[in-house]
Amino acid sequence: MPKRGSRKAPEVNAGSMADIAFLLLIFFLVTTTIDVDKGVLVKLPPWSEDEPEIEKMKTRNVYSVLVNAQNQLLVRGEPQSVKDLRENAKEFIMNPAKRDDMAEKPTKAIISIKNDRGTNYKTYLEVYNELKAAYNELREEEAQRTYGKSFEYLSKDLRRKIRSEIPLVISEAEPTNFGEDN
Amino acid sequence: MGKFTKKRGKATPEVSTASLPDIIFMLLFFFMVVTVLRDSELKVTNNVPYATELTKLEKKSLVNYLYIGKPVKKFQAQYGTKPQLQLGDKFSTISDIPLFLEKHRSSLPEKQRPGINSSLRVDGDVTMGIVTDVKQKLRKSGQLKVNYSAKKRPD
Repeated sequence: MPKRGSRKAPEVNAGSMADIAFLLLIFFLVTTTIDVDKGVLVKLPPWSEDEPEIEKMKTRNVYSVLVNAQNQLLVRGEPQSVKDLRENAKEFIMNPAKRDDMAEKPTKAIISIKNDRGTNYKTYLEVYNELKAAYNELREEEAQRTYGKSFEYLSKDLRRKIRSEIPLVISEAEPTNFGEDN
Repeated sequence: MGKFTKKRGKATPEVSTASLPDIIFMLLFFFMVVTVLRDSELKVTNNVPYATELTKLEKKSLVNYLYIGKPVKKFQAQYGTKPQLQLGDKFSTISDIPLFLEKHRSSLPEKQRPGINSSLRVDGDVTMGIVTDVKQKLRKSGQLKVNYSAKKRPD
């Protein structure tokens, strides 16, 4: 048996250890994505037990969007695809040609969404997203036109002003009981 | 034999520990970054849909998460394949929502309570039925700020 411990163990060069450590650190920093929670922000209407008062609204001011259990859209009585929804909604809200079947003015416009219980959530969110996008684009355009600046760089008061000029009103009706998958 | 037993009279050299702190810090940073990510195990499928009009939820402590989706494989025998609601780390029914919200609310100082957001993390393939029921319960519980969780649509 050879005697151990008598020989000098070779020294490990630890000088580059720090470099390796930093390399790993940087690698992990780059590859791990911190999961930030993003989403479409919505304010739900408060609940009340009483029957809501039925407000009479002119049909020209209401932009009704129906999404059925087959994920098809019916916008103001006509079938439409999700792709055209944004442009169509923008035209309806602003009514640049002053047509008498579109909103009198942006503050009067109301968007009404109604879906089935069997509607896919994906489709529903897409529709909601498009309508919200329509409003965001209109506000952006308004900001550019009047102040020459992007909406997000405007001061709080100006943003509030534009928001009150083009208010986002999305009303959601109780869904109908079609096609829920059970 | 003599060749091998020759002693030099020196102590065994030590491995340098100068870089040990670096390694430890690296590990520390890594775990700090990773551990805050998910506080509850997902028991339902959760593939959120794409959207473009996104808002970031800034304060994590002010957010409560409601997961809706089909139970994952290993829970299907027990809970079936119907979409289910998951609150915290367990399957729940709609009627558990008020208690869940109240628990979260009471853990926060009063000042911050109006800023509470509910994040609805709903799988894209779920039908609106259960989502509507959850929304209605949220409205009844006075939790009106809701965020439909979504991913940024790749261009």
